Amino acid sequence: MTLLPEIFIFIFSITFLFLSLGEKKANLFAVARLLALIGFVITLLCTGAKGELFFGAYRVDFFSQVFKLLIVTGLLFVVFMMERRDDVEDDYLPEYFMLLGFSTLGLMMLVSAVELISIVISLEISSFSLYTIVPLRKNQSRIQMEAAVKYLFFGAIATGIMLYGMGYLYGMAHSTFLVDIMGNLPRFLNQPLGILALSLTLAAFFFKLSLFPFHFWAPDIYEGASNVTTAFIATVPKLAATALLIRLAMLSASVPAELAMLLFVLAALSMTLGNIVGLVQKDLKRLLAYSGIAHAGYLMMGIMPLSRDGGAAAVYYMTVYLFMNLACFYVIILLAQKGENLSVENLTGLARRSPLLAFTLAVAAFSLAGIPPSGGFTGKLFLFVSAFRAGYLGIVLIGAVNAVISMFYYLNLVRMSYSREPAGQGIIQLAFHEKVLCYVFNILILYLGILPFGVLDILRRAV
Amino acid sequence: MSPYLTMNPLGFPILSTVTFLPLAGALVILFLKPERVIKTAALAATLLTFLLALVLLAHYNPATPLFQFGESWPWIPAYNINYVLGVDGITVMLVLLTALIAPLCVLCSWTAIALRVKEFMVCILLMETAMIGVFCSLDFMLFYVFWEAMLIPMYLLIAIWGGPLKDYASIKFFIYTLFGSVFLLVAIIALYLVNGTFSIPAAMFKNYGFNFQFWVFLAFAIAFAIKVPMFPFHTWLPAAHTEAPTAGSVFLASILLKMGTYGFLRFCLPIVPQASFYFAPFMITLSVIGIIYGGFVCLSQTDMKKLIAYSSVAHMGFVTLGIFTFTLYGLEGAMLQMLNHGITTGALFLMVGIVYERTHSREIYDNAGLGKIAPIYVGFLSLFAVSSFAFPGTNSFVGELYVLIGTFARNRLAGFGAVVGAVLAAAYMLRLLKQIVWGREERPALKDMNLREIIYLVPLGIFVIWVGFFPRPFVEIMEPTLAHLQMQLKNLAP
Repeated sequence: MTLLPEIFIFIFSITFLFLSLGEKKANLFAVARLLALIGFVITLLCTGAKGELFFGAYRVDFFSQVFKLLIVTGLLFVVFMMERRDDVEDDYLPEYFMLLGFSTLGLMMLVSAVELISIVISLEISSFSLYTIVPLRKNQSRIQMEAAVKYLFFGAIATGIMLYGMGYLYGMAHSTFLVDIMGNLPRFLNQPLGILALSLTLAAFFFKLSLFPFHFWAPDIYEGASNVTTAFIATVPKLAATALLIRLAMLSASVPAELAMLLFVLAALSMTLGNIVGLVQKDLKRLLAYSGIAHAGYLMMGIMPLSRDGGAAAVYYMTVYLFMNLACFYVIILLAQKGENLSVENLTGLARRSPLLAFTLAVAAFSLAGIPPSGGFTGKLFLFVSAFRAGYLGIVLIGAVNAVISMFYYLNLVRMSYSREPAGQGIIQLAFHEKVLCYVFNILILYLGILPFGVLDILRRAV
Repeated sequence: MSPYLTMNPLGFPILSTVTFLPLAGALVILFLKPERVIKTAALAATLLTFLLALVLLAHYNPATPLFQFGESWPWIPAYNINYVLGVDGITVMLVLLTALIAPLCVLCSWTAIALRVKEFMVCILLMETAMIGVFCSLDFMLFYVFWEAMLIPMYLLIAIWGGPLKDYASIKFFIYTLFGSVFLLVAIIALYLVNGTFSIPAAMFKNYGFNFQFWVFLAFAIAFAIKVPMFPFHTWLPAAHTEAPTAGSVFLASILLKMGTYGFLRFCLPIVPQASFYFAPFMITLSVIGIIYGGFVCLSQTDMKKLIAYSSVAHMGFVTLGIFTFTLYGLEGAMLQMLNHGITTGALFLMVGIVYERTHSREIYDNAGLGKIAPIYVGFLSLFAVSSFAFPGTNSFVGELYVLIGTFARNRLAGFGAVVGAVLAAAYMLRLLKQIVWGREERPALKDMNLREIIYLVPLGIFVIWVGFFPRPFVEIMEPTLAHLQMQLKNLAP
């Protein structure tokens, strides 16, 4: 019962492994959607599960189950967002789903892992699958290859740095269990070695979150990977990385000033860099990559206070982030008929071509910018309050100014689609299920903005 | 129920109804198809809101300075954020003003907006909900949500239905006002961390340390000074006013600018009084500069909308001047001027909209010489222009007089400066009037105002003359609230 969601996602992948061996590839989408839906339901039913497995290395609790639910929700949406729109190489479609499943599996294991080796293994299961699906893009020149190679190298370096830091942690604590390490750590945190070990270990998670200075991969990989792949990479792995950061934050008994300072500086640089470079982006996916870098900075506001309050705020923000980012990518996927990359100019007159897509994009953009009554605002409010409460007024001010800077490029998306007339392109017809998905995104974003109490209470209980 | 609220005497939550009725109208409109039906539905929704606002006024008890018609529900308990509504003497008038202006905005767009009528009406109704919400909310977070949510429909109004420079104007409007608002948010969070609640009345008159007050005031002042707009934060205003469609300009001038001065009255004075006293000389100086600067800039305008936009900078200078004298006359004058400016400037923008629909030009010269061919138009224009420069017998005269009495009691120099501004106002308004009425000998025929246009200008005209001759009923409604505020300030004054 405790491992049921993981086992089912494993079955999801194995199913596609077998399908990839056969000839017939007709109903792959239906199978994937059905299986993802069942996986979602199973995870939902297993949210109450509790237990420790593998000698305490793997902990199943409400916290991990909530994150697993979010991760599976991400997978579910991504599978439903996938279309036969020349996005992914047809021949490799079963393999694509298989790797998507394995990556999800790794991320689900990561949120339950409370021991260094299981963390590394889960992280690598997820990463290797992602390295492989990046090049599976159709009809493009060789940008997807370049992206894949870059992703692999950057990822390997980040993992290497993490392992280096973990080595020190083990050396100090003589244990690979997080509880022991964090219990022993305060003795070492007044020494440079303790700070160094912890910050090096965090590197891999910063990499997943695309936090400065581990952000270099994001724009190139977003641009090179297919639209659907990017939607996955941009959202789901970040959820798992957040989960681990919160676990670490919860476990640290006292706040080492140097570490908080480090997070402060990284957060400030990340949002400022992301937003300022975002201003000049032409390619939509690159723009979203820089927006993601900035949002990683905002997220740190919830991690920095090392409090339950901050943790809940961070998870809430990531939940909203999942939906608003997926909404943006869904608009891109539907708009890019040949799976090509879109530039901001392609949005011209979108409100005339498809009012619903333009509205979805506008809601997502205003939410990313943090304008009420969207979920992005409410999430940011909780982050600001928790950082301010812990005394980090500086980061709140930097975050506030950044929200204004970022407004320029988010507003540009709305401006392009609403205040320009379309130049010759026809009206975009949406199928029924596509419309439904758009409405679902809009409703979720507004719901999280206006009525946050239910979800917030659950998350506070989880953290 | 908190001690600051009195119970709602009516059987239903009237403030929620007034606030969300336009939103409900907008949702209904989404499902309507024919343009005529959409327009009628929008008009019905706004008129119904206005009627409810009149009911609100009828049941308002002017004897108490407390917040009335209170509603209070928990919203986000984890952060002690509540859904609290209530009105006092200040806001009941502003709600009424908003509810009065909204149907006029629908009417003035009846033929002027031909493109995407549905979206336009939805934006207008969303605006109305957000604006009334700002005035009614007694919880900082609720206030902030409405305050920011207002930006989206206003941005769309300018960006979609605006003039040739709509791109520039709409983005500048959005970013500029957002820049102010984020500091407001930081100040609100700071107050929350001190008080443990987002309640606005609970934050008033709490004797925070001066250092705290200093910074909170600055954060508030940036947000509100941009919204007012005070010199030197006014540069977004001419662009936005000029490029917005008529209804957008009217909303901007009549209601949005009041948000800033309302913020000073509701937040700066009661919450951070010591800092308000400290900063009063700066605010008075900026107000007087705004009054005189606005007047001179108006003298050189050739675009009617721009002229009226800059005149708003000057008129709003009178409001902030009145507020920061901390005298009862000053506060009452400021309140009156807020209403007067809402009515008069709104009406002037409507007048520009009417002539623009016929000549498709906002240049004074293109619209000159209407005296003989459009007598009704010129008649209304004269009334509102005369009211705009505070001619005795019109509403603005009363308001400016109150403000000037308050100012002279406190600071002679500022009073003289304001008087110079008042003279300038006469100069630029009479210049405009002269051009429009007698400016050109020969000009092609042009239809005078039709019945619809007369209907929506008449209520404004009545208000102008009513307040001009008999302002007492209006003053009586807001006096207890303002007197209460002034008493509290007096006790704290250095």
